[in-house]
Amino acid sequence: MSMTWFVVLSAFIFCIGAAGILTRRNPLVILLCLELMLNAGNVALLAFARAHGDGAGQVFALVVIAIAACEVVIGLGLIVAMYRRKLPIDADEMSELRG
Amino acid sequence: MLFEQILFFLAAAGALGGALGVVVLRNPFFSVLALVGHLLALAVLFLLLRAEFVAAAQVVVYAGAVMVLYVFVVAYVGGSEEPLGPSLGAVRALGPMLAAALLAEIAIATIGTGLKAVGSRGPEVAAGFGSPQAIGALFMERFLVAFEAASYLLLLAAVAAVVLARRRRGLEDAGGERMYQVGRRPGTGPQATDRSSDEQGGYGGRAIDKSAARASGGSA
Amino acid sequence: MTPHAVSWAWVVLALPLAGTVGIALGWRSLGGRAAGWIGSATVGLSFLAGLGMLTTLEEVPPEGRHLVGSAWQYFGSSDVHVDLSILVDPLSTFMVLVVTGVSFLIHVYSIAYLDSDRGYARFFSYLNFFVFSMLLLVLAANFVLLIVGWAFVGAASYLLISFWYRRDTATRAGIKAFVINVIGDVALVIAAFLILDRLGTLDFGGAFSHVHALPRDEGPLIATCLLLLVGAFAKSGQLPLHPWLPDAMEGPTPVSALIHAATMVTAGVYLIARCYPLFEHAPTAAAVGAILGTVTLLFAATVALVQTDLKRIIAYSTISQIGYMVLGVSAFAYSAGLFHLMTHAFFKALLFMGAGSVVSALGMTNESIDRMSGFRRAMPFTFATFAIGAAALAGFPLLSGFFSKDEILSFTLHRGGVYEVLAILGYAAALLTAFYAFRMVFRVFFGEPVSEALSLERGELAHAEPRNPLTGEEEDTDVGFPGPEHHIAERAFSMKAPMAILAFLAVVGGLLAVPGLTSEVEHFLEPTFAASEHIHDRPPEFEQLTGLLVGGVLALLGIGAAYFVYVRRPSLARSARERVTPVHRFLVHKWYFDELYDCVFVRPGRALGRFGRTTIERVFVQGALVGGASGVVRAGTAFARAIQTGYLRTYALLLLAGVCALALYFLIASR
Repeated sequence: MSMTWFVVLSAFIFCIGAAGILTRRNPLVILLCLELMLNAGNVALLAFARAHGDGAGQVFALVVIAIAACEVVIGLGLIVAMYRRKLPIDADEMSELRG
Repeated sequence: MLFEQILFFLAAAGALGGALGVVVLRNPFFSVLALVGHLLALAVLFLLLRAEFVAAAQVVVYAGAVMVLYVFVVAYVGGSEEPLGPSLGAVRALGPMLAAALLAEIAIATIGTGLKAVGSRGPEVAAGFGSPQAIGALFMERFLVAFEAASYLLLLAAVAAVVLARRRRGLEDAGGERMYQVGRRPGTGPQATDRSSDEQGGYGGRAIDKSAARASGGSA
Repeated sequence: MTPHAVSWAWVVLALPLAGTVGIALGWRSLGGRAAGWIGSATVGLSFLAGLGMLTTLEEVPPEGRHLVGSAWQYFGSSDVHVDLSILVDPLSTFMVLVVTGVSFLIHVYSIAYLDSDRGYARFFSYLNFFVFSMLLLVLAANFVLLIVGWAFVGAASYLLISFWYRRDTATRAGIKAFVINVIGDVALVIAAFLILDRLGTLDFGGAFSHVHALPRDEGPLIATCLLLLVGAFAKSGQLPLHPWLPDAMEGPTPVSALIHAATMVTAGVYLIARCYPLFEHAPTAAAVGAILGTVTLLFAATVALVQTDLKRIIAYSTISQIGYMVLGVSAFAYSAGLFHLMTHAFFKALLFMGAGSVVSALGMTNESIDRMSGFRRAMPFTFATFAIGAAALAGFPLLSGFFSKDEILSFTLHRGGVYEVLAILGYAAALLTAFYAFRMVFRVFFGEPVSEALSLERGELAHAEPRNPLTGEEEDTDVGFPGPEHHIAERAFSMKAPMAILAFLAVVGGLLAVPGLTSEVEHFLEPTFAASEHIHDRPPEFEQLTGLLVGGVLALLGIGAAYFVYVRRPSLARSARERVTPVHRFLVHKWYFDELYDCVFVRPGRALGRFGRTTIERVFVQGALVGGASGVVRAGTAFARAIQTGYLRTYALLLLAGVCALALYFLIASR
């Protein structure tokens, strides 16, 4: 059981997350897929940490979890604000930045 | 050894299944649940990687707090089924293809001759490799700045969340006004041409478009 | 320390410049005739400063009368040094005095003549600018400043010819003058390049001393001199670059008097005289100049015989007389040519002033001598001065023109070779000159008075109708057209006084160079031309006196013939014309030069312009270059804009695509 398998698994999860972002319209689900990608990164970090015997990877995996938490908070806050203003919760409707 | 391998495959299967569930399931609530399962499976994987503290943090913080937050929001927002209506067709098709391409590339990189160092078991590590003491020592000694920065970021996020989601007086009356008129433009999408968007009126409104049309017509 | 003469020279230059700028900036606050007085005052003071220049120059011993004063170094490198420097020597002093003196008199004349013109201040500003440019030209100490003055003079000429700028014929004449002048300018610049190349410096002193190092009659030197001739001929209106001068009569009469008779057109003669070392070292070019000068003087004399526009007769006479001057300086008779320049300035300006008075009496509607007759009793002063001017032009014995013209011809005859033939042709043309000069006098002032003359005798000046004298079309009297009033000499003192002074000078001017008795001019100019090979090559006194006798006889013959034809038997002219109609037509059409140039230059030029506008401009520039460039930009930006769809998922897609591409690159690069 080498580290390769972990990295390949991480790649799988990352790509599933990417496909999900591109495919789903509900912003909540898009955020969830974003979480998937972050977790995949975590797996890769920890795999490499184990491979080198260095604890730095684990430290940064923790930092990533903290960052993921912050980002989720902001994202969900945005969605709540959208809901409050009766905007449709649909990524395809949000195109104010067009042009 | 064998035990580890079996455990790895089981956990990996669980992780992948959860991931697929997030993407595939229609109801966002089920997606959230799928993610929770995915996170728990990942925690097992972390244990296999001798990252005990991280695994615990994953379960407690991620699955325990962040996902609960998600559940709250999904319940509040009322995640409905995917709304009907036209969507960006090309993206729908291209997305998975690109993701698959990326997967292929990384796989080739890892399995191929690219990343040699990964194809090993890794060195023998000390007993306290992933323990809280080790992590704490690293945080306090080598990565103090990162630690402080991360805590600052958390503070920012908390303040931002409060600011984002507060009620603003006067902006929402009874019945709630629409602040931004985002109309559904039939037949438009990323393939919309310039002319139709110009007709709808950008920032200047109709007057400017008219004069622009006149100017361009005059010089032609 | 700067020699005094040079300081005076700077003052001479500065005064008209101050006049130009002052009048130009303050014209709104100058009421009535103030601009006229100011303009005249600056030039008058400039003349006095010129006198100061003269006296201080006389104090310097003759060998050292070559003073250069430099304002600042314009260009200094290893090979080329060009300063903003002026040269004070007898030749430039002579020219300064002639220019400022005659200009002053013409300024005073114009004070009354253009009285009611709405562009009064503009006129005097332009006129002062012209004087400044001309002074710059003659005071320049190197070719660069000369060319600057040359170009300014051309610009001033253009501005003044098309002074009445709303008049179609005037603007066209101005353009014609400018275009032909530019040909001369280009030739002059190329000549300057050649001089720099062969002689190493653009300074007059340096260049002229280096020319002796070159072999005689060398190819490039001849080319340089020919180019200088082209420049001189364009400015002086000699064949073949002459068509602009008669058309330049569209300008107001003082302009014709000053620029196209007395000063600007003599710039070419000055140039040849100034560059005499070059011409003497390339005698072939000098011979070419002499031949062309003679052809010109014959041509102009024949055309002047049949012209009917009064001012144009005088214009052709100018061309002819400058032909004499060119012949003089090309035959190395410098002081003779320059003396004729001076006397010609006197009597030609006088003739133009008189013509202005006569045209005024006709109400400015007509300039044709067919409409003029019998003004003798109505305008006695004009008649007297005009007759004096015509007599001086004809070479009436003892007047100024008599001495100057015949001095040139006797010198030329003395040279021998081809110059003898040229001199004989010159004498023949002198006969014609006398004839056409007095043709003017007898046609305009003798005979039955026309209605305007009769009413003038009664005391009423003819009413002026705003009409183009050439085409007869209606005009306005607002800015850009002549003003409503007009003045004749008898009634305006400021017109009378200059004419009287010039008449006096035309009579006594010849006394400066009576052969055998006085040779003031030659004596004065000697230091400048000291290096000439022909300085002591003068015809013996006997030859000179014979020449004078022949010239006088020819003049009297011409005057007598004109009297016979135009006073005794007026029908003779008509029957002569009918007898030789083709010749007459050839002469009236000015030897068909205008038509020739129109065919060879104007039509192809216009066709080229049309082609350029329709094909090149529209298809290539607008279509390909402008449209293409903007089209490319537009396409590019359209593409860039298409990416900004505003949809989150497209952005994510693009991100992912980018990441894939990067990963692919690294994958391949690491193999």
